[in-house]
Amino acid sequence: MSILVNKNTRVVVQGITGKEGSFHATQCKAYGTEVVAGVTPGKAGQEVEGIPVFNSVRDAVKKTEATTSLIFVPPPFAADAILEAAEAGIWLIICISEGIPVNDMVKVKRALNGRATRLIGPNCPGIITADECKIGIMPGFIHKKGRVGVISRSGTLTYEAVNQLTQLGLGETTCVGIGGDPIIGTGYIDLLHMFENDDETEAVVMIGEIGGDAEEKAAAFIQQEMTKPVVSFIAGITAPPGRRMGHAGAIITGGKGTAADKMAALESAGVTVVKNPAEIGDAVQSVLRG
Amino acid sequence: MDIHEFQAKQLFAHFGIPVPKGKEIKNARAAEKWAKALETSVYVVKAQIHAGGRGKAGGVKITKNHEEVPGLAQDLIGKTLVTHQTGPKGRKVRRLLIEEGAGIAKELYLSLLVDRDSGFPTFIASTEGGMDIEEVAEQTPEKVLKESIDPAVGFQAYNGRNLAFGLGLPDLEPAVVKPFFQMLDNLYRLFMEKNAAMLEINPLVITTDKRLVALDGKVSFDDSALYKHPDIQKFRDLHEEDPMEIEAGKHNLNYVKLDGDIGCMVNGAGLAMATMDVIKLAGSEPANFLDVGGGATKETVAAGFRILLKDKKVKGIFINIFGGIVRCERIAHGVIEAAKEVGIKLPVVVRLQGTNAEEGRKLLAESGLKVEGVADLWEAAQRIVALRKKKK
Repeated sequence: MSILVNKNTRVVVQGITGKEGSFHATQCKAYGTEVVAGVTPGKAGQEVEGIPVFNSVRDAVKKTEATTSLIFVPPPFAADAILEAAEAGIWLIICISEGIPVNDMVKVKRALNGRATRLIGPNCPGIITADECKIGIMPGFIHKKGRVGVISRSGTLTYEAVNQLTQLGLGETTCVGIGGDPIIGTGYIDLLHMFENDDETEAVVMIGEIGGDAEEKAAAFIQQEMTKPVVSFIAGITAPPGRRMGHAGAIITGGKGTAADKMAALESAGVTVVKNPAEIGDAVQSVLRG
Repeated sequence: MDIHEFQAKQLFAHFGIPVPKGKEIKNARAAEKWAKALETSVYVVKAQIHAGGRGKAGGVKITKNHEEVPGLAQDLIGKTLVTHQTGPKGRKVRRLLIEEGAGIAKELYLSLLVDRDSGFPTFIASTEGGMDIEEVAEQTPEKVLKESIDPAVGFQAYNGRNLAFGLGLPDLEPAVVKPFFQMLDNLYRLFMEKNAAMLEINPLVITTDKRLVALDGKVSFDDSALYKHPDIQKFRDLHEEDPMEIEAGKHNLNYVKLDGDIGCMVNGAGLAMATMDVIKLAGSEPANFLDVGGGATKETVAAGFRILLKDKKVKGIFINIFGGIVRCERIAHGVIEAAKEVGIKLPVVVRLQGTNAEEGRKLLAESGLKVEGVADLWEAAQRIVALRKKKK
C-alpha cells in the first residue's frame, strides 16, 4: 500500500510542451509513472516523448482516463489550470508552479470546496510513492521503497530527509510535498490521517517551517488520533520576525508562527522533534526500534 | 511589498475611504507652502518610513501654528528613526506626510488579510484602537472580532452588521454606522482588486464631528501579483530596502540579510533555513538567508558569491547544495569559477549531496583552491564554524 498514488495512477501533465513540463514529464515516465497524456492548448496532436498532447484536460481525460494531473503552468495561468482539471473530473491535482497570486488561490480553494477533487500544492515538489510512481520534480533515485511516510512544506529539505531514510535502509512509502505557500490545497492533517491508515507506513516524518499555525494544528491531531510515531523537524529557528524566508508562507507575523512555538506544540503532543536536520533519519530509526 | 502611509492613504482616497487631507512633503520649503494652503486648526507632521512605532520614536509632530510646520519638517527630514521595527541602525527619513489633525472621539482598529486556514479574506476589528493588536489579542481576546468574507460572493451586508454590532458601533455613534459599512465594502474591493496582502487602519477614528476617518494606513501587497499592477509597482521605495537584497533580486536570488558571520548559499528555501539553523547549532551565527533556487546554475552560484562577499561581516562561507535535478559537478564548476574570479580569501566549505556529488567533491579537491568539499551536513557545518574560529 501507499497513499494517494501508486503504479497504476494515470497522469496527465498540464503544460507538457514547456521547458519544465517536457523535462519532468519525461523524468516521471522514466521512473515508471503512467504518464498517459499532456495538455497544452493549441498543441493537440503533438507528442512529447511518446506522450500524446491534447488541447484540454477534458479531452485528455476522455481519451486516456487520466485521474491525476501534474501542473507546470506559469503562475499567472495556474489557477485556471487547476480549475480546468477539477472541472474535467481529475480527482488529484498536483501543482508545482511557484508564485501564484494569493487571491487566485483564495478563489481556487473556495471553488474546490465541496468537490471530491484534492489539490496538493501549489509551490511544491509533488508526490512520490517509492519504486512505483513519481509525480513531481524530486530526484527519484534517492527514494527507496520502505517503511516511512514523509510530509513536508519544503523541496530540497525533503530530499535531505529522504536521503537519510534511504541511506539508513529505512526507505519510504509515499512522500508528499504540501507546498510553501500560505494557501495550499492539502495540509498535514489529511495526510497524517492517510498514513495512520496505511498498512505499510510505520512512522511519519513531518517537516515544517516558520509561518502560520499548521504545525500546531497537526500537533493537536497527532495527540488525539495518531498511534504511529511521528518525527519532526521545523526549519527557521534562526529566522528573524517579519521577513519572508524564500517561501511565500514562511514568515513570522505579529510574533506568531515561530519555530520555537511549533516545536513546543509538537513535543507536547508526543512527537520526536529533532533540532538538527542531519539527525532526522537517526531519530526515525530510534523511534522504530522503540 | 510594503508602501508608505501617504501612498496607502492615496489608495484609500481613490477607493472612497475617508482620510485626513494631507500631502507628501520632501523639504521645509514645500512644508511651508503646504501649511499655508492647508486650512486646519491642527497640523500633523509624520515621518514616512516602512516601520511601525514612529510616534514613540519621535517621528510624529503636532502643532496648532502653521508657522511652526517648516521647522518641524526641517527637524524630521534626514533624521534617523529607531523604532522596535527598524532594528538598531534605524531608518533615515526622506519623506513626510503633512496632514490636518482630527478631533478624536473614539479610536478603533480595523484590518483585512487572508486567513491561512480557511483561505478566506478576514476582517479583524477591535474597539481598542491605537494599540498593538497582537497585545490586545493576547490580553483581551474577547475584544478582537473576526469576520471572514466568502470570496465566492464577496462582502455582504451581514458581514458589515456582524462587525458593527460586535464593536457596539450603534451605541458609540449611530451616525458612523452607514459610513462604516461603506468603508468595509471599499476596503474589500481594494484588497481584491489590487491584490493586497494586508490592509490595516490603526487607529480608525470616530471624530468629534461624527465622521469616520482612517487616521493611519498600512498596506502591503502580494509580490506574486505585482505584475498585474504597474500603478502599485510605482509605489516601491528602494531606499527602504537593503541594497544587497535589491542586488540579489536582480539575479532572481532570494536573500535576507542577518547579523552573523557565516555566509550561506543553499538551493531551496526550506533547506536554506535549515542550513542557518545548523550553523547556529554548530556554534556560530548565519550572516544571511540565501536561496539560489531549486534549479541553481553556475551563474546563480557566481552571483550568490558576489553578494555574500559584499557583506564585510562574513568571515566564512558555507555552500549547501542538495543535487536533484541540479547536478553537483556543475555546481562545483560554478564554485571554482566564481572563487577564481572574485579571489576568495575566506574559508569556504561546500557540502554537496545528491546527483553526482562525489564527482563534484573531487573537482573541488583537485581545483587547488582552499575550498573544502564535504558530504555530510552536520560535519560540514562544524567544519566551517571551526575554520572561522581558527581565523579569529
